[in-house]
Amino acid sequence: MKLVVAIIKPFKLDEVRQALTAIGVHGMTVTEVKGYGRQKGHTEIYRGAEYVVNFLPKLRIEIAVASDIADKAVGVITASARTGQIGDGKIFVTPIEHALRIRTGETDSDAL
Amino acid sequence: MAGLLRRVATMAAPIGCVSLMASPARAAATGIDTADTAWMIVATALVLMMTIPGLALFYSGMVRKKNVLATMAQSLAAVTLISILWVAFGYSLCFVGDGPWIGSLDRWFLAGMTMDSVNPAAKTIPEALFMLYQMTFAIITVALVAGSVADRMRFSAYLLFSVAWFIFVYIPLAHWVWGGGFLSSMGVLDFAGGLVVHLSAGTGGLVAAKVMGRRHGYGTENLSPFDLSLAVMGTGLLWVGWFGFNGGSAAAANSRAVMAIIATHLAACSGALTWGAIEWYARRKPSVLGMISGAVAGLGTITPASGFVAPWHGIVIGIAAGAICYWACTWLKHRFNYDDSLDVFGVHGIGGLTGTLLAGVFATSAIGGTAGLLEGHPQQLLIQLYGVAVTFVWSAGVSFVLLKLVGLFVPLRVSREQELEGLDITQHGEALQ
Repeated sequence: MKLVVAIIKPFKLDEVRQALTAIGVHGMTVTEVKGYGRQKGHTEIYRGAEYVVNFLPKLRIEIAVASDIADKAVGVITASARTGQIGDGKIFVTPIEHALRIRTGETDSDAL
Repeated sequence: MAGLLRRVATMAAPIGCVSLMASPARAAATGIDTADTAWMIVATALVLMMTIPGLALFYSGMVRKKNVLATMAQSLAAVTLISILWVAFGYSLCFVGDGPWIGSLDRWFLAGMTMDSVNPAAKTIPEALFMLYQMTFAIITVALVAGSVADRMRFSAYLLFSVAWFIFVYIPLAHWVWGGGFLSSMGVLDFAGGLVVHLSAGTGGLVAAKVMGRRHGYGTENLSPFDLSLAVMGTGLLWVGWFGFNGGSAAAANSRAVMAIIATHLAACSGALTWGAIEWYARRKPSVLGMISGAVAGLGTITPASGFVAPWHGIVIGIAAGAICYWACTWLKHRFNYDDSLDVFGVHGIGGLTGTLLAGVFATSAIGGTAGLLEGHPQQLLIQLYGVAVTFVWSAGVSFVLLKLVGLFVPLRVSREQELEGLDITQHGEALQ
């Protein structure tokens, strides 16, 4: 099992969700987050006063998938979240040691 | 207290019957014009709309989220507080009696005001309506000042300062310029409040910003606006309300009112275009805040001139407003290192000053009966300059003294912790989620 964490531009959420649903990913957790990568935020100017905004609004998507479809999931997220502009985001994949569905008590791949 | 109430009741009693003590001339019933009255009722409503919701939205959209309600509360408080004080003595001291320095208390709590009494300044509408219309000017002037000290003034100190400022700055100025005082006798032109409203509020705000000091984090932290869409909506309401502000200052439903409204609209448009264009050139992007600032600057600047100039002069005055107020907000403020939070001095003070002087340049005798510099009457410009100097010195000096006096009773500023937490929760116990 793998945990795929993707940081994406907020307006790309619908496309990413549809792409993941199409490959059989049925659940996801989405969180509104703020952060920056190499683009280092942007500058806003109000009546001559300049403010550097370092933390830009992003969405953090978490999906838990079976190991054999993790690469596919990463692929569709990459394809659907890309604009080609700076700030498209990042994807991180980590192993999951154990999973459990609270309602039924099922574990590991049955719980996904 | 009971004695005071009895006295008030006794003095208010003549409303609705003939009064012999009225200082303003008692008109024959036929002197009141229904068309003028209808228009002035509408204009009064428009100007009241300028403070809430207009100014409340304009200002609160530009502060941070934690201070939105507190900023709106200041506009709301100005409406409620100044309305009562205006009826109690403000109107009488401003517009009744013709002393050079101050009016009289003959109309305190509207004593002696009847159904058909009129004020000499507006002979075709009921005096009660004239009183109400002028009330809305006093309200927005007091509310304007708060923008300079947004994000840091204690609410109790704001209330005390507003009352004192209304009594000692607004009332005398309104009487001097509009109520038959010495500036009006000299021929100072101020159609709808370039001196009385904008320069006086801007100067009061500037002094308050200086006395109270800069916001914590000014120049180092992100103090960017909470929601500029609110400020845009506020600007729209101010803009439309200004038709009543300047058009209503003709005190009649006539061609002069229409001319004033056209000049007003054109000045707002050219002010917005100018500010936006300068930003586009200097910063490579025309900001929304810049365009609405330019619109308000154009509106404030045309105000004193609006009933004295030809409509197309509004375009020229708006361009001057956009350029000069932009300079005041981006260069002057930093040069003199004051934190005028919402640029009340930069937009309203400098705008009122500029427009008052330009009224002396562009005044057209065919519109307002007075010739300006361009019509071969350069003295008018000097008279305007004198009016500007008196207003600036009076508002600055008295505001400074009042702030120091209020500071003896209540700290003017919230504590550092309260400022960081936000005025909404610390002053009012409420917050936006």
